Amino acid sequence: MKKNKSTVWEVFIQSKNGLAHKHFGNVHAEDKEMALQNARDLYTRRNEGSCIWVVKSEHIVSSVPDDEDSFFDPSNDKVYRHPTFYKMPDGAKHI
Amino acid sequence: MKDLEKYTLRIADTSLILAQRLSEWCSNGPTLEEDIALSNISLDLFGQANGLLDYVSKLNGEKSADEIAFKRNERQFYNLQICEQENGHFGDTIIRQFLCDSYFKLFYSSLANSKDEILSAIANKSLKEVEYHLRHSSNWVIRLGDGTKESNQKIQTSLNQIWKFTGEFFEMDELDNIMLKKNIGVDNNNLKEEWDLIVNKTLKQAKLTRPNDGYMMNGSKQGLHTEYLGKILAQMQYLPRAYPDAKW
Amino acid sequence: MNEAIFQQKIDAEKKIEPKDWMPEGYRKHLIRQISQHAHSEIIGMQPEGNWISRAPSLRAKMILLAKVQDEAGHGLYLYSACETLGISREELNEQLHLGKAKYSSIFNYPTLTWADMGAIGWLVDGAAIVNQVSLQKTSYGPYSRGMIKICKEESFHQRQGYEIMAQMAKGTPEQKEMAQDALNRFWWPSIMMFGPHDSDSPRTGNAMKWKIKRKTNDELRQDFINKTVSQAELIDLKIPDPDLKWNEKRESYDFGEMDWEEFWSVVEGNGPCNEQRLNHHIKAHKEGKWVREAAKAYSQKHNN
Repeated sequence: MKKNKSTVWEVFIQSKNGLAHKHFGNVHAEDKEMALQNARDLYTRRNEGSCIWVVKSEHIVSSVPDDEDSFFDPSNDKVYRHPTFYKMPDGAKHI
Repeated sequence: MKDLEKYTLRIADTSLILAQRLSEWCSNGPTLEEDIALSNISLDLFGQANGLLDYVSKLNGEKSADEIAFKRNERQFYNLQICEQENGHFGDTIIRQFLCDSYFKLFYSSLANSKDEILSAIANKSLKEVEYHLRHSSNWVIRLGDGTKESNQKIQTSLNQIWKFTGEFFEMDELDNIMLKKNIGVDNNNLKEEWDLIVNKTLKQAKLTRPNDGYMMNGSKQGLHTEYLGKILAQMQYLPRAYPDAKW
Repeated sequence: MNEAIFQQKIDAEKKIEPKDWMPEGYRKHLIRQISQHAHSEIIGMQPEGNWISRAPSLRAKMILLAKVQDEAGHGLYLYSACETLGISREELNEQLHLGKAKYSSIFNYPTLTWADMGAIGWLVDGAAIVNQVSLQKTSYGPYSRGMIKICKEESFHQRQGYEIMAQMAKGTPEQKEMAQDALNRFWWPSIMMFGPHDSDSPRTGNAMKWKIKRKTNDELRQDFINKTVSQAELIDLKIPDPDLKWNEKRESYDFGEMDWEEFWSVVEGNGPCNEQRLNHHIKAHKEGKWVREAAKAYSQKHNN
């Protein structure tokens, strides 16, 4: 059975002005506008992220891939996502 | 209830009930990406509702935001009726969202100029979020309208069915006029022209036909609703009402 | 020859990337493990999503919604990592729907009360964290990076759950009873999340050799129990295991034997919610077909 496959896009994000874009992973979308939107929803929930690039995966040309870090620095936008927001009983360990 | 309190409550309820509806999409979206997108929008709306309810609580002086949200009855809610309509299929939800987002964009743009500092601040914050919501819902209206024959038919039906709830966007009652006179509230009448422009432009691109204005639903300003609100509240309010002494 | 170089890389703690040569067994094992991990995140949205509409406060509602949304995101990161191994999301979806791929059995249990939101966050996410922290060092690059990202977000989840339990345990008598009841129902399924005993786990050998897995089932399970007992004691809730006892010599807790009959029964599809969870997922997928088709049609028309 032939599958109607959705299009895959690689996502690159510049989390702060002045920094280089980093690869974060992929999203599925049928066009570039939706790809941008989906990337924003998926990868910048804790960070406003100043600029997002999306590229169709099929357009990426690769040599030998390097290790890429995709660390996120959480921001203070929606505080309930952050571990320190919760009141832990005194003495609680390992949490 | 004081005028400002009631006026703010109307706006809060609209955000709250729409957020509650949208949250029902969790784990039901047509794609995972949309599941996240709709939850995002729901979260934004809950955030707005929370800010507004905090203000209502402050004005009220006695009840907390949670008490106001979870312990009022059906006839004491003032959300626009469009918000409480069922999610239906994705097209129904998107069309409802688009019509609301277009309205909220104009409403909050105007409210941002309110003499009341808190309302103005909340409006400014909400505007950023609304812009994003409108972009999302417009994009989908266009893709569904100009997608397949099936999707066009489905969303045209959605549009036809929900149109009668759009009249409420532009109503002005006594309270609205009082608030307007004080330079606190929004002139809803004034928003219609621009709303028509936004909506018509997107509908055209989406190859959809704008329904004719017929009978328009109304009454939410007096706490009159469709049968859906009662059920929404029954779910939403169940725990605090079942355990009145409990703190959560 | 390739195999030797590959194993050398593994032994030297180097990461394997999508374009590197890998034994077919390694690829297959990863596809199975990563996809099942992804499916678990997605299916896991259901038992928790069940209580979003009834969350008892605005804050609780927003937190829960954010948490479940995170889970969707985690599923997406993992599907994304899995796709680098040469399989599409559509194929993965199909495997799930046909029952060819599994997901964590814990999500085949129903969420009966609000306290279950606490129990799940505290215990299920707690167990997941123990597993995931270990997986951050997994040998496959995209999986490792996905896990690092997930771990950063996961601690919020556990704290959310523990806070709910702590609050209820010191609340009204009804709340405390509700919390204890949730703990009673979720304790054993949570420790079963770590899988069968090492001795009954045939895949563990390769998984450890290839550094896909960094610690064994039993090691992880012991870690989790050691961490969690004091947390329960602190909020005055009792873990439903009469054999739970600190063992000074091992510097670990001894604990009772799990009900392996129940474990295998649920794994094989006979849990309380297996059918319901899968049907829910299939239904959402079917009902969204026209939407996905419309999006595709639009993009083809406009060459986007």
